[in-house]
Amino acid sequence: MEVVQSHRKSSSNNVTVSTLPLYRSAPPLEVRLEDFELFAMDRLRVLKGISDGLGRGKKPEEMEKLVADLWKANMRHPQANEEANKDIISHFVLRLVYCRTEELRKWFLSMETTLFRYRFRFESSEAQRALMSEFKLPYKAVSNAEFESVKDKLGQVARSMGQTLASADAIFYKVPFEEVPELVAGRRVFICKGHAYVAMNQVVSLVVTQFRSYLSKALILTNRKWTSTVREQEKDRLAPIVEALCTSYLGPDYSQPNEAGEISVKDIDHIAKTSFPLCMRHLFEKVREDHHLKHGGRMQLGLFLKGVGLKLDDALAFWKAEFAPKVSAERFDKEYAYNIRHNYGREGKRTDYTPYSCQKIISSTPGVGDHHGCPYRHFSEENLRAALVRMGVSSRAVEDVVDKVRNRHYQLACTLTFEAVHGSSCDAGINHPNQYFIDSQRILQSKGLCLHTEYCVIWDTFEYSLQLTQSLQWMSLYVPIWFHSLAEFDIKGTGAAGSVFTDTTDGGGSLNPMLIQ
Amino acid sequence: MTKEEAENGRDDMVIDGAEQANAIPDGFNANYLRIYYGKLFPHADMFKWMSYGNDGKHPACDKSYFGRREFSFTLENDIYIRFQSFNSVIELENSIKEKCPFKIDIGPVYSVDPAKRHAYAGDNVFTPVEREVVFDIDITDYDDVRYCCTGADVCLECWPLMTIAIKVIDAALRDDFGFNHILWVYSGRRGVHCWVCDGKARRLTNEQRAAIADYFRVYKGNENSHKKISLPGPVLHPFLARSYTEVLKGFFEAKLLPNQSLLSSEDRYEKILEMIPDASVASELRGRWQDNKRASMSKDDINLVRWDQLKSVLQSGKQKTQGIRRCVEEIVFSFTYPRLDMEVSKHMNHLLKAPFCVHPKTGRVCVPIDPNNCDEFDPTTVPTLSQLVEELNREGLRQDAENEWDRTSLGDSIKFFRTTFLQPLLKSCKEGIESSYNAKLQQSKNTLSWTRQGFFLTAFSPLAGKHHAWLI
Repeated sequence: MEVVQSHRKSSSNNVTVSTLPLYRSAPPLEVRLEDFELFAMDRLRVLKGISDGLGRGKKPEEMEKLVADLWKANMRHPQANEEANKDIISHFVLRLVYCRTEELRKWFLSMETTLFRYRFRFESSEAQRALMSEFKLPYKAVSNAEFESVKDKLGQVARSMGQTLASADAIFYKVPFEEVPELVAGRRVFICKGHAYVAMNQVVSLVVTQFRSYLSKALILTNRKWTSTVREQEKDRLAPIVEALCTSYLGPDYSQPNEAGEISVKDIDHIAKTSFPLCMRHLFEKVREDHHLKHGGRMQLGLFLKGVGLKLDDALAFWKAEFAPKVSAERFDKEYAYNIRHNYGREGKRTDYTPYSCQKIISSTPGVGDHHGCPYRHFSEENLRAALVRMGVSSRAVEDVVDKVRNRHYQLACTLTFEAVHGSSCDAGINHPNQYFIDSQRILQSKGLCLHTEYCVIWDTFEYSLQLTQSLQWMSLYVPIWFHSLAEFDIKGTGAAGSVFTDTTDGGGSLNPMLIQ
Repeated sequence: MTKEEAENGRDDMVIDGAEQANAIPDGFNANYLRIYYGKLFPHADMFKWMSYGNDGKHPACDKSYFGRREFSFTLENDIYIRFQSFNSVIELENSIKEKCPFKIDIGPVYSVDPAKRHAYAGDNVFTPVEREVVFDIDITDYDDVRYCCTGADVCLECWPLMTIAIKVIDAALRDDFGFNHILWVYSGRRGVHCWVCDGKARRLTNEQRAAIADYFRVYKGNENSHKKISLPGPVLHPFLARSYTEVLKGFFEAKLLPNQSLLSSEDRYEKILEMIPDASVASELRGRWQDNKRASMSKDDINLVRWDQLKSVLQSGKQKTQGIRRCVEEIVFSFTYPRLDMEVSKHMNHLLKAPFCVHPKTGRVCVPIDPNNCDEFDPTTVPTLSQLVEELNREGLRQDAENEWDRTSLGDSIKFFRTTFLQPLLKSCKEGIESSYNAKLQQSKNTLSWTRQGFFLTAFSPLAGKHHAWLI
């Protein structure tokens, strides 16, 4: 294999500075088919780990360490050029895998950008400057005169973040504000007449934005090329690998609950008390109390109920009845029914919307009058305690949960709540409200307390459903459970589960121990 | 004039003279609206605005531009039609007059004519390419801090909350972000909309819009969290500090505090005391105020007196914790700082009501507001549909159909729209189109001359308009 290494000449002293690859062009290398797959798997583990860390709300310092550990565990090689090769090859293979739909591209873009960001932070400042010049960023160093005129404001911004303005020869860059959206959003820069004054240590943000934008465009091009020429050419060689790599890491998105598992409106009350996670309980209680919910709440709860098995007609009946004291039947039909049908894919562009995962819910921004979002994140401590007590969580467990919340581990807090309420452990952790629901029903069924025995079957059906899904956030944690469930569950032999079971042969790759670690 | 004649709604309606003043029954209905769209609604101005100079004769004008803009109409009976597009001002005007929509929304400019969107398959082919940066501020989002009204009501006591929102946001859009072509519009009932129309703004991505919205966001709560405003850090960001000292503090202390009696009764001052993180400080104040059942010695408003007490306790030298001192600002921010609807601003494809529509529930026209004089804006005196129809009638039948609006209360609004917003905007658009065209022309000349000559390098400086040539 040829040696590929990123070299940049540093302007000052002609020393070559080895920097991060920017993945600008595919490497002119020969790769063994086996390495093609293996390298990609290793990188995918790194990306999964990052996804997991983000989902758990890890702080930047924690993420930095996480990325370093993940890279070391999966991508290191004693020889630097071999490592660089693996880095580049694995990236390009995964581009093929993840270019194919909008959701896949979004996920891959997000994870690669995060990976790049933390690797950039590790680089020396010389290497960082070299990379910046690679990107041809439209920044200008602020002249001394200008610096003097804005020094006060720059100092104010620094102090507002609990920092101090660097020494007198601090380097600042002046950039159009739209180049640094993250910094603007966090009010971490001074902006004046459309220009943002960016400190050297904030430059990471600039570079990352460029990286992201470039990769985003590249992915679209890759997709076009794949669909138009490569896929056909490679249909016996690379295509099966690429497709297996993708699906083996996906899990259920709860978008199509099994027919057998429907619930009716009268069941909702009961299951709300026993099996809803706190976010949905809260929304449900509020609907009952206020006979209204704002849009964000209707989406979050409505899609969740869809995932639980509430059919469209029942959903319409449910919301109509709940809103009845405040909204007349005609007004309901006019103003709300359309949106509910839209959620079920019966209107407009007929997208069948998927219930929100924890990651999505945690990152939402409830405002005045809203009740959606993740209560572990958005409730005050006092309100959270009260809510947990109402769920029947012991005071000892409440303390543990609150402790997790203080450290911003919202999903772990929910997991602890689950464990406290059900009296059994949840090893996989909670990543999706519908997962909470199904796990809860499973436990209750095994104790003879469940509403529908079909739920267990549905769960397995989900497990083996290999359709390309849209919600990717919790795929890493679900993988071990697939194995676990294989051993544990006796498929009841209903038509649906049975047929899906036999369908798993093409995902038989997913049972390959090499691919699932 | 009889009711039947009033509802006749035809352009040639002849009315008796002055003794019939107020003969038009108040309200909002299709007939009045038809007259409004027939004689008053500024179709041509809206067309010029939405064309952003592309309706001109310059070769660089994009003739397809206006036709790619989405409009949506809400008709009588709540029928809602999206993805309406028009290729000329005549089409726009005829469609509005014919359909008589109760509400007109404006969406983005798409990559292709929205009416033809189904012809294009695949991701990213039918996609928004330009859209003004917009903001929506609604007074119902302030219900937890105003006591005079709730819900859809607005009065002159609480309307100033909108005024200061305009001041804060407008100043930041101009000074911080460098935008110039900003239109503020009354939403017709209980809020204001803002349209930022600079070319740079129209081309921002969703992520960049979200960044602007987040830059403005301070309020982060709902009834489930106590502390809705949190201002960490030893000092405030210059934007927040400026907003506080120039707008919010003065308004809070001089107007809001006394007018809404924020500290006069127990349940009201408890809400403020709840925001103080230190329980002992809160109870010290509570003690003083609970005892103070009689009016205080001084003649000053009790709210102002108590506010001074609160400030001196919280900002006294004795208080060491950062959070305590900052509490004063947090309280002022939580009552007065603008509360934007984030979702409206973050997405290019969000539809927003067009200016000069009439609000169905109040009959009021969505007129522009002058940000430099927003203190004077009074939502209760905004012209209503029936008022305008009546004014038209009063003037009698006239031969010229031009500029009928000038004879009505709408005249000032339209003149303001044209002189302070539309004309400067179009001038700037024209300049932009011409200069980018010239730059492209020059660039292609550069390449041409380089490849031909091989030795000359020419440089074009768009600002100076000069060419510099060097021989290499």
